[in-house]
Amino acid sequence: MTDKNNEELPEGGVIHEGGNADSYETGGWRKLRPVLDNEKCTNCLICWVMCPDSAIIVEDGKMVGFDMEHCKGCGICDTECPPKIKAIKMVSEEEAD
Amino acid sequence: MATEKSNEMQGLTGNSAVALAMKQINPDVCPAYPITPSTAIIETFSSYVADGEVDTELITVESEHSAMSASIGAAAAGARVMTATSSQGLALMWEMLYIASGLRLPIVLTNVNRALAAPINIHCDHSDSMGARDSGWVQLYSETVQESYDNVFMAVRIAEKVRLPVMVCLDGFITSHAIENMATISDANVQDFVGEYTPETSLLKDMENPISIGAMTLPDYYMTFKKQQSEAMAEAKDVVEEVSAEFAQKFGREYGLLDSYELEDADVAIVIFNSATGTTKVAVDELRKEGFKVGVLRIRLFRPLPHAEIAAALKGLKAVACLDRADSFNDFGGPLFNEVRSSIYDLEDRPKVISRIYGLGGRDYKVEDAKSVFEELLKVVETGTVEEMTKYITI
Ligand code: SF4
Ligand code: SF4
Repeated sequence: MTDKNNEELPEGGVIHEGGNADSYETGGWRKLRPVLDNEKCTNCLICWVMCPDSAIIVEDGKMVGFDMEHCKGCGICDTECPPKIKAIKMVSEEEAD
Repeated sequence: MATEKSNEMQGLTGNSAVALAMKQINPDVCPAYPITPSTAIIETFSSYVADGEVDTELITVESEHSAMSASIGAAAAGARVMTATSSQGLALMWEMLYIASGLRLPIVLTNVNRALAAPINIHCDHSDSMGARDSGWVQLYSETVQESYDNVFMAVRIAEKVRLPVMVCLDGFITSHAIENMATISDANVQDFVGEYTPETSLLKDMENPISIGAMTLPDYYMTFKKQQSEAMAEAKDVVEEVSAEFAQKFGREYGLLDSYELEDADVAIVIFNSATGTTKVAVDELRKEGFKVGVLRIRLFRPLPHAEIAAALKGLKAVACLDRADSFNDFGGPLFNEVRSSIYDLEDRPKVISRIYGLGGRDYKVEDAKSVFEELLKVVETGTVEEMTKYITI
């Protein structure tokens, strides 16, 4: 366990930088992993809007996959992907490996 | 600046004096939800806002939980923040009180002491602020309208120096609604005393370099932050002394951590908070005339607890009664009793200590009540035994 003394820690737990949630990896919590079916995906990007961890990777306006360092497997993307498309499936980590 | 000793005298209630102090401080933000008996503080202050006499952003919120939440947000943004509440209002703020202190935000809150329901009651006792005594707020208790007014200015300085929130307590109705002839300080001298607030860190200070406030900490860091907070609270005692000394030097009114009355040669004493001190002093004067060596110790600073000073003040006494206007419901006396008793534990020859709970829900505490406690104490000294360690009085 990190032993941080008083001098090192800013008062009141202030973090003197922004956007630092990026360095906190939440991917280790995952039980279920989202798997994308490229054939079905229409790139509507609803999953990108809804993902609470900014774990949907988009390149050139296209949904290309998941940031596995941060995806915690909540399945929101799967639920939100339009019912007629259903391009995301949640599979257990063991199954996926 | 010049010492301003003979200030202008005015007849003010505790609430209007606190509102006047807030006007003179001119805080940046005041999120508030009025509640009896502190209502008039915010009512009066809101008329100052409406009349353009202050620059304060008054935020009328939907509950006290929101009042404290907005206070936290504004203070984190770098604003000087003040609010006021009582009783259920303070109870509803409870969750946020800990966040204010944990984030080290120097918010100043005036708590006009009122009983907690049930049964519902709007009158004075100290169960509200006693419930918040472990929330990491500095707590100052005020005997009079004058002291309530003066404490508000000192609270701002103390809070901003130690970066902890400060609660100024005064008795509901007894002090909040009674008119007292008191000395006010000029606006210029108030501004000179409180100075400008320039926090070292705040959300709005440097927009180019944003900061995060309120992040989660796990077992590797959390405890260190609590230790820092605990050390800041310990430091607050010296800061209260320093600020009170500077206040006395500038305005001529002296306030210690404790207020001793006729304790020097006393055999027995009552330890007490707030307005009931005056009543007890009258009893002391009357009993002194009859030759009894009695005295009073009023606790002005309860958080942090000036335990060494309490022990020094009560050293040499034979019996002490701690009068609590709140019950801890522990079958072992009130909070004041437990903390005073613990403070004197290491004295070689410590006095016997009894707990008397009085005045709950605004029940009158009269000179005769104080006298009968002194009589009990004198009997304890005479017989060497305590018959009833804890007891409800004024009932
Ligand atoms: S499972 Fe949850 S965290 Fe992972 S990509 Fe989908 S919405 Fe985001
Ligand atoms: S919600 Fe479904 S269809 Fe839309 S981008 Fe995401 S995966 Fe593709």
